Amino acid sequence: MADLSTNFLGIKSPNPFWLASAPPTDKAYNVERAYEAGWGGVVWKTLGEAGPPVVNVNGPRYGAIWGPDRRLLGLNNIELITDRDLETNLREMTEVKKRWPDRALIASIMVPCEEKSWRDILPRVEDTGADGIELNFGCPHGMSERGMGSAVGQVPEYIQMVTEWCKEFGKLPVIVKLTPNITDIRYPARAANKGGADAVSLINTISSIVSVDLDNFSPNPSIDGRGSHGGYCGPAVKPIALNMVAEIARDPETRGLPISGIGGVSTWRDAAEFIALGCGTVQVCTAAMTYGFKIVQEMIDGLENYMDEKGYETIEDFRGMAVPNVTDWQYLNLNYITKAKIDQDLCIKCGRCHIACEDTSHQAITSMVDGVRHFEVMDDECVGCNLCVNVCPVENCISMVPMATGETDPRTGKTVEADYANWTMHPNNPMAREAAE
Amino acid sequence: MTSTLESGDVRAGRLSSAEYAENFSDLHPPLDHHEALVEADRCYFCYDAPCMNACPTSIDIPLFIRQIQAGNPVGAAKTIFEQNILGGMCARVCPTETLCEEACVRETAEGKPVKIGELQRHATDTYMARELPHPFKRAASTGRTVAVVGAGPAGLSCAHRLAMHGHDVVILEARQKPGGLNEYGIAAYKATNDFAQREVEWLMQIGGIELRLGQRLGSDFEVEDLVNQYDAVFIGVGLPSAYALDLPGSDLPGVESAIDFIARLRQAEDKSTLPVGQDVVVVGGGMTAVDAAVQSKLLGARTVSLVYRRGREQMPASRYEQDLAAAHGVHLVFNAKPARINGANAVESITFEYTASEGGKLTGTGETFEISADQVLAAIGQWMEADTGELELDGTTLARTDGNLSLSPYGRKVWVGGDCAHGGEDLTVTAVEDGKIAAESIHATLAG
Ligand SMILES: Cc1cc2nc3c(=O)[nH]c(=O)nc-3n(C[C@H](O)[C@H](O)[C@H](O)COP(=O)(O)OP(=O)(O)OC[C@H]3O[C@@H](n4cnc5c(N)ncnc54)[C@H](O)[C@@H]3O)c2cc1C
Ligand SMILES: Cc1cc2nc3c(=O)[nH]c(=O)nc-3n(C[C@H](O)[C@H](O)[C@H](O)COP(=O)(O)O)c2cc1C
Ligand code: SF4
Ligand code: SF4
Ligand code: SF4
Repeated sequence: MADLSTNFLGIKSPNPFWLASAPPTDKAYNVERAYEAGWGGVVWKTLGEAGPPVVNVNGPRYGAIWGPDRRLLGLNNIELITDRDLETNLREMTEVKKRWPDRALIASIMVPCEEKSWRDILPRVEDTGADGIELNFGCPHGMSERGMGSAVGQVPEYIQMVTEWCKEFGKLPVIVKLTPNITDIRYPARAANKGGADAVSLINTISSIVSVDLDNFSPNPSIDGRGSHGGYCGPAVKPIALNMVAEIARDPETRGLPISGIGGVSTWRDAAEFIALGCGTVQVCTAAMTYGFKIVQEMIDGLENYMDEKGYETIEDFRGMAVPNVTDWQYLNLNYITKAKIDQDLCIKCGRCHIACEDTSHQAITSMVDGVRHFEVMDDECVGCNLCVNVCPVENCISMVPMATGETDPRTGKTVEADYANWTMHPNNPMAREAAE
Repeated sequence: MTSTLESGDVRAGRLSSAEYAENFSDLHPPLDHHEALVEADRCYFCYDAPCMNACPTSIDIPLFIRQIQAGNPVGAAKTIFEQNILGGMCARVCPTETLCEEACVRETAEGKPVKIGELQRHATDTYMARELPHPFKRAASTGRTVAVVGAGPAGLSCAHRLAMHGHDVVILEARQKPGGLNEYGIAAYKATNDFAQREVEWLMQIGGIELRLGQRLGSDFEVEDLVNQYDAVFIGVGLPSAYALDLPGSDLPGVESAIDFIARLRQAEDKSTLPVGQDVVVVGGGMTAVDAAVQSKLLGARTVSLVYRRGREQMPASRYEQDLAAAHGVHLVFNAKPARINGANAVESITFEYTASEGGKLTGTGETFEISADQVLAAIGQWMEADTGELELDGTTLARTDGNLSLSPYGRKVWVGGDCAHGGEDLTVTAVEDGKIAAESIHATLAG
């Protein structure tokens, strides 16, 4: 039986599933319910400075996009950090940690970018018994206008500086939470690394306008007829998060830096993918906010089952296995040739593969053969792009079949070669030509 | 009350008024907004969609479902009406299980087709409930006149299309109400709330159509008259007369044609006034037979037997219809034909003979059985009674050629469609399509 327990920066938790800093972790009541449901850890809702707390809007905070059957695919929010006072949060954290010693409890912090602010808060957080701190450099709305959150996260020098303060004035492991609202995620990650961060976590939410109300012409959520950009999260952001995690995992400067993966984790499979790209834990917000805390049961069981099937005893057995396979486009093997193949027994004849290929790709799928509705790939036209696979409503109905070495590609008339050959070596590449000359 | 099992027990008021109301309410309650969106999400927006090809009127089903899904039910309704102006009635009465929904790829995939009929009803009902302007505009008047005989689905569809093209249409209808079998035939629980009349009124909003009721072809006027008075003529008189059982005892009180029984039922505002037998036997195997049987049961008959002379597989009523009958407690009997009706002053029972089929020919086996009955409804087919003069017949129905043009000595002047035309499927939707095809052909001819 697979062992899901994790040791991330010395912080132990029974499983890698943590709740991200957000409403699900806003107070003792929620956090204890989460622990009861089985979550391995929580990152407490971001704390601010002592004194009067921030205020949230009193109108709607969320907007969303949906897939079929109103499955929530992307959530957008304009919520701020905790709107409860610091004392209450710290007291509750202390009590909760005492009652749940085996679960991870991380304090998320966002205070102004001044040394004194950080010096003041760090010892108070440590007194709660929290296992680590997470620096929230990510929030894209409300706090950034006050010079915090993503306003800091977008300036690598600030990240480094604040991280250094936290390492200097505090004793707890430091996780730097990165904002995706930046062109190249490697720069803030490198800055955190230089500042001595023990880990990075990513992604925070993505700046977004989720929809526009076409009656009152306000962005949603509409607060008395007006809206502002919010932060986007949920299943829709997972691909962006995975890419950013991979960039950091394979960057020579940050390779090996522990990562807590966040963004759209909704099932065990999502979590396993983040782990395969090097993450030691994953954090979840939207999935819990959509379905409640119980979903962690599926995540735990699904991950265990996957690991058992694969024979992995611990998470370390497969963590990072996908990292070496992430490469740049120019190193992809151009001699790898695939053709789409339709399983006629599974095909329900909806014709979507045909029209997708016909209208928008390579006219490689029939719709009618001998007067009968029939969908079949014409190998002499198929470029192997995989579009049909993605639009087919039946799983595994179309598969991409690699051609064997020595076969002739009916599209190009060329023989499939055994050698690996990429763009850097290709005769059409001006750079490759130059090098050869 | 103790139930008496006496013969000749055909009476009204067997049920409480609440039971009548319940029994004759919508067979499928309309989808609400949420249900419609959930269902619309199931559609794959197929290419060259099989459902669309299976629809006799070629409604662009993937498009209208996508319009519902995208929050545009009004646009969805227009998509439907463009191909089928009686899309509202068709949504209620089409045997979708043998048409669009049978072809739906999700039927192949999961045995659960997208509920196309119910979505079509959602869109068309939404349109009509919003009391929006009529979706089509009449073209400038062409000054051409067309006579349409029969205000059933075929005639109405033809008239609407012709009016849209700017022709002046006069509908000549024998009955006192328009709608044809939509008004007098379709099962009550498929077209509740006077839908047939509301739909006709709505359709007439196009303008340019004059409806003359109580005008019977063959007695009030002849085809020849119309040919002389109008630029073109469309005949859509349906099959108004039922074949009667020709057996010993078939003239006993308690024996009648199922379509007369249904017509009376459809016209009765208060269903508790309708007499029905204690034990009813329906002879036949089509939609009329099923509807007569089910509605007898709904009126409070204690036992209803539906007896069909061939096997279940040959039964014209679809499996869905058969199951509907069975679910209402109708006893289905196959492979038996009526031999004689017994009774002194009224029907008391009916004797059947088992049948066998040899090389497609049906023969009696000699073995008989008897079912007690105080009412016998014959649903063994209808025929075209109207006197259609010189129009050529093919068998018992009107012959037709391309564009539903009738073969006649009048040249390109007379078109036919719906149940009275040869080779039809006797469905509302095919009648609508016939009317539409004829209208386009008439229009092309008049413009020619
Ligand atoms: C009981 C029953 C149930 C049915 N259920 C269904 C169902 O659920 N789904 C389905 O798709 N189909 C059903 N049908 C079939 C469907 O009703 C018909 O196929 C359809 O109505 C045919 O349309 P039509 O316009 O050709 O004829 P009709 O609807 O019969 O209309 C013909 C019109 O012409 C008029 N007329 C007749 N003779 C003359 C004359 N001499 N002069 C002037 N006017 C005349 C009639 O009064 C009538 O108004 C059912 C039929 C019956 C009998
Ligand atoms: C309503 C809401 C409030 C959030 N508040 C915070 C916060 O206070 N601090 C923080 O670091 N991240 C905050 N986040 C971001 C989440 O922690 C997480 O990074 C993001 O939602 C992506 O994960 P997900 O796709 O699982 O939701 C918030 C997210 C939401 C939806
Ligand atoms: S892989 Fe691409 S080119 Fe080939 S059949 Fe599919 S869609 Fe067409
Ligand atoms: S998309 Fe898939 S199911 Fe649809 S026709 Fe193509 S192969 Fe068949
Ligand atoms: S066949 Fe079914 S899934 Fe395809 S377009 Fe028609 S209703 Fe939609």
